[in-house]
Amino acid sequence: MYLNNDPLEADFQAKIDKGQNIEAKDWMPEKYRKTHIRQISQHAHSEIVGMLPEGNWITRAPSLRRKVALLAKVQDEAGHGLYLYSAAETLGITRDELYDQLHSGKAKYSSIFNYPAVTWADMGAVGWLVDGAAIMNQVMLTRTSYGPYARAMVRICKEESFHQRQGYEIMLTLCNGTEVQKRMAQDALNRWWWPSLMMFGPRDAESPHTEQALKWKIKLKTNDELRQQFVDQTVSQAEILGITIPDPKLKWNEARGHYDFGDIDWEEFTQVVAGNGPCNRERLEARKSAWEKGAWVRDAALAYAEKQEQRSLKVAV
Amino acid sequence: MNQKIYNYLLILADNPLILGHRLSELCGHGPNLETDIGLTNISLDLFGQVRNYLQYAAEIQGLGKTEDDLAFLRYEHEYRNYRLVEQPNTDFAWVIARQYLFDAYHLPLLNQLVGSKDSQIAAIAQKSIKEVQYHHRFSSEWVKRLGDGTEESHGKIQKAVSILWTYCGGIFEETEVENEMSQLGIGANLDLVKADFLSDTKYIFNEAALSVEGVDWSQKGGKLGVHSEHLGFILADLQYMQRTYPQMNW
Ligand SMILES: [Fe+2]
Ligand SMILES: [Fe+2]
Repeated sequence: MYLNNDPLEADFQAKIDKGQNIEAKDWMPEKYRKTHIRQISQHAHSEIVGMLPEGNWITRAPSLRRKVALLAKVQDEAGHGLYLYSAAETLGITRDELYDQLHSGKAKYSSIFNYPAVTWADMGAVGWLVDGAAIMNQVMLTRTSYGPYARAMVRICKEESFHQRQGYEIMLTLCNGTEVQKRMAQDALNRWWWPSLMMFGPRDAESPHTEQALKWKIKLKTNDELRQQFVDQTVSQAEILGITIPDPKLKWNEARGHYDFGDIDWEEFTQVVAGNGPCNRERLEARKSAWEKGAWVRDAALAYAEKQEQRSLKVAV
Repeated sequence: MNQKIYNYLLILADNPLILGHRLSELCGHGPNLETDIGLTNISLDLFGQVRNYLQYAAEIQGLGKTEDDLAFLRYEHEYRNYRLVEQPNTDFAWVIARQYLFDAYHLPLLNQLVGSKDSQIAAIAQKSIKEVQYHHRFSSEWVKRLGDGTEESHGKIQKAVSILWTYCGGIFEETEVENEMSQLGIGANLDLVKADFLSDTKYIFNEAALSVEGVDWSQKGGKLGVHSEHLGFILADLQYMQRTYPQMNW
């Protein structure tokens, strides 16, 4: 138990209040460490599970230019996974342990990736909305208190905003295209809009971690603030595309200076988080199967490295 | 003449196209993140090369077609890739064996094409060769790792190499257009490429304790437009959007 008058903890909190980073070798409360392992690994898992819905369109991309861009994007997400697993490892946990948590279902990942990517327009909508929503969170996290996490975020954010522009550009091309393409774009927006709003997590009133997270600067804005910011920014982008956000209650509120929007289906959110979304089973299976099928490969690489080392020792003798 | 260079360019383009496609199927499913990223890199390089070749092919064809028309809208028998690169991602050993065998051919091919009398082909080869050196390092290192790793990995890579080796003979059967291009100093001399391929594979298989002795039967076809059953399925994916939604901009 760390009390408020614990000098170590007081010192730690003072650093955070002054806006200094906490580094891996610094003292930190056990709960801060655990919370970070949970959050960073959740984030890492989201990156690699997030490769799956878009990965499934690489072989069917409609042009070589789009194929290469999508392939590079999905590869970027793998890179983000790598940075984030490394950041989590600085807190004293291994990548294998983190994978175990993912594969056993103990660790969560962003529930957005449990929705199916059924048409090419989804590659536009995912980039525009999902990467767009992720950026809101991640820009904030570049100023988070834990140094390795904040620095990973700086690298990641640059690529995410590129992904978002790329997704929006896919949407724009579709919306300037034929009737069939426009309908495809509208349909994708219809399906991805609400799940995107859910990406910011439960309402503040129901988000138990928020207060502590704000104090430790794991978060700098609440779920509801970020969600509002996302809606405000996205409405005009949809107008430019000429497609309609599927929310009859969406309306500019002059007094608040923000858009009002309709109620999120929190029952759906709870179900998807609990594992009952449209693709939860497939996503987890895909990750587990890649890992299990790769076991003999990783064993071989390890055995080979050991043999090489022994050989070089012999030569040295 | 242009028609002949066009035909030759299709052979150069279709191998990276189909192999790049096979590798892109694996994105997100690799045995670990580093390998996943490595294989995707190779796929990206190959698609970049495809675009260069096909843009040039479309230009000299002179019918106002684009790289996408050529990549997506030909019939099955018009694809000129070898059967080797169509072979499926049966397991990681197949992926590596297929890649290595292709790289062992691709590298000496490009080594010759950098001296092509066609300046465009020479420029594309020059740009590609550094990438392919990296591919060759990646795949040959993995052949060694698997060959000299565990008993299980040795068994798997030996099996993959033995089967895929039978698809290599077809690579070196010179077609009329290849012969002509080689005579003119535009294309590569396949006999020389083959000699390099054989000494490369001999060296690496020896390092990896692998053998292809006794495997002397060879699957032919490929670049004459006769393919395995796999190509139809590849094209069903590859061409899906262009066939389903014809004549649209993406
Ligand atoms: Fe990402
Ligand atoms: Fe992204």
